[in-house]
Amino acid sequence: MPTVRLFGSFLVESARAALRGGRMYWTWIAVLLLLIASGAAAYTGQITVGLGVTAMRDQVSWGFYIGNFTFLVGVAAAAIVLVIPAYVYDWGPIREIVIFGELLAISAITMCLLFVTVDVGRPDRLWHMMPPFGHLNFPRSILAWDMVVLNLYFAINFVVVVHILFRAFTGRHYAPRLVVPLVLVSIPMAVGIHTVTAFLYNGLAARPYWNSSILAPQFLASAFCSGPAILLFVLQLLRRMTSFKIRDEAIWKIAELMAYAMFVNLFLHGAEAFKEYYSSTEHLLYTRYWFQGIGAHRTLVPYAWSAVSLNVLALVLFIVPRTRMNWVTLNIGCLATYAGCYIEKGMGLIIPGLTPDTLGEIYEYYPTLTEVRVAAGVFAVGFLVFTFLLKVAVPIVLGQLSAPALDRRRASHLHA
Amino acid sequence: MAHDHTHKADMTRREFASVAAAAAAGFLLTACGPRRLREIPRDRLRKAIADWEREYSERYGKSVTVSDAGPMPGVLFAYALDLSRCNGSRRCVDACVAENNQSRDPEVKWIRVLSMNKDKGIDFSDADPYYSPAEVPEPGRFYVPTACQHCRNAPCTKVCPTGATWTEKDGIVVIDYDWCIGCRCCMAACPYGARHFNWVAPKVPSEQINPAMHYLGNRPRPRGVVEKCTWCIQRTRAGRYPACAEACPTGARKFGNMLDPDSEIRYILENKRVLLLKEELNTMPKFFYFYGT
Repeated sequence: MPTVRLFGSFLVESARAALRGGRMYWTWIAVLLLLIASGAAAYTGQITVGLGVTAMRDQVSWGFYIGNFTFLVGVAAAAIVLVIPAYVYDWGPIREIVIFGELLAISAITMCLLFVTVDVGRPDRLWHMMPPFGHLNFPRSILAWDMVVLNLYFAINFVVVVHILFRAFTGRHYAPRLVVPLVLVSIPMAVGIHTVTAFLYNGLAARPYWNSSILAPQFLASAFCSGPAILLFVLQLLRRMTSFKIRDEAIWKIAELMAYAMFVNLFLHGAEAFKEYYSSTEHLLYTRYWFQGIGAHRTLVPYAWSAVSLNVLALVLFIVPRTRMNWVTLNIGCLATYAGCYIEKGMGLIIPGLTPDTLGEIYEYYPTLTEVRVAAGVFAVGFLVFTFLLKVAVPIVLGQLSAPALDRRRASHLHA
Repeated sequence: MAHDHTHKADMTRREFASVAAAAAAGFLLTACGPRRLREIPRDRLRKAIADWEREYSERYGKSVTVSDAGPMPGVLFAYALDLSRCNGSRRCVDACVAENNQSRDPEVKWIRVLSMNKDKGIDFSDADPYYSPAEVPEPGRFYVPTACQHCRNAPCTKVCPTGATWTEKDGIVVIDYDWCIGCRCCMAACPYGARHFNWVAPKVPSEQINPAMHYLGNRPRPRGVVEKCTWCIQRTRAGRYPACAEACPTGARKFGNMLDPDSEIRYILENKRVLLLKEELNTMPKFFYFYGT
């Protein structure tokens, strides 16, 4: 059983690495734990009283949680922006950082599954959708599809990451026969998870705001902006705080790809807005609620225009080479992308889709403190997972963390 | 060598035992654990009904019966509502709440009556569900009561991830309150705002509980699940009219078996000017609106 023992020491060393850190590290962890505790307390209240503690009602039956879920599926999918150039074009500078995209995907999917869990009325019954004890309405229900692809995507990324890290830990190269096919599968899967999530809304004829075939492509475009925006921050942090070498070219290349994605995103939004306003059917109502408000109901209007402005700002900053290669403007661009896509995908997608409701009533949804606290808690769990994963992965990839020499010799002997 | 052999045999035996135990546990859970009411065997349903009757009788201090009446052969229910007669009294809403044990606090109402402008016709963006004049009908207004349309091409049952809602053979769309996980996909999918969620625990005073229940109808709902109109399944499967139809003071509400050529509902469908709400969505409602006069 040397492999099992070796894997045991991999787990132990990983845990040790995650628990090693300076004051900054522990402050960060403490902040996350505090947010998690606050989220857990808020969620306990929600479980005891019911979803009535949120601002959701029959008129607007999905809100902040599902908005965050949708946004994060996009973040998880965006790992492929890095995987494609690395593996398909064999572009060196990006390949070394692909693993961080995969770590981000794992953390994002964790948050997605948590957001679905906090949104359902009966989390105690989630097993009802897990065969053989439960019943999954597959292939008719798109939520059933979504659960299948999200879990599969999670599993694939998890296996690839653990395999690469464990192999590196024991001083060996990863097995291409395992990794290459899995990575090749994960590329269409990344597109798949976000497409299926778009179809969740897209397929509902009752909601004209979502029932537009432009929705899935637009989802992908905005995901390819927001996902890399987070990674660019992470990569710069890694460069500064560890001895990890990430070349400027890699970061600039990603920013350039984001500019194209943002252009497509804005173009698709524009196409949709044109169709709605020019044809001016009764379906214009929802787009109007988002951009102009209806009568005195104008809660979302400032959000709509800040999303548009932030996205346009990001496009300009990333498309001009001078601002793309300047660290200050690059980071402003990342922040603008992240905020713009977050607003547009969260509040901007879910709420106007449901307002006015199917019988014409306007209920102005705005998340309650409980919803914000629970959501912050879920984000903190995701960041905690991501932090631990990075804390383990970085030293292993750098070769600073490896199996004790004796085990290692035994391992190489085993595979000789 | 011999020792090694025994050791190996031990391992396989232990493995076999754990696999067998897991399989047995799985079988027991699938066979005896909670089941969807849609596919529950008859004998287990009868036992569940006995349990519910005992539980509800205790809870409300009165003798509660839970019917398990199934769909009658040769019956496909349909509803027709005369827009020229409805005067917006909302008696149907009150009767529905009382009959179907809908929560009084917070208020859940399966029927929603929309007051609309006669000049504009049916226009949801101009509808007022909260009208409260001293007297109805108001001049210049007409009324469109809405509830579950029991669509033949129901978007709500399609999207349910757990198969907790489906169409019965007699055309009634039902929900299994014990299987629903509360994801609310069906509410997003319904074009008629017919589905209602229990955002907090529903409250009905014991003295107001209607003790004549059906397992797919008006039995108490827990917090965190979806509910909606069942065409009073506890009444209609026993040959009675839905409570709303009985309560309507103007006789605007008609209910019956669409497959019976001599029924009133068939006469209306064949001879009156009939319309469907949001016909373009192809949901094919079995709830028809018509102009009787």
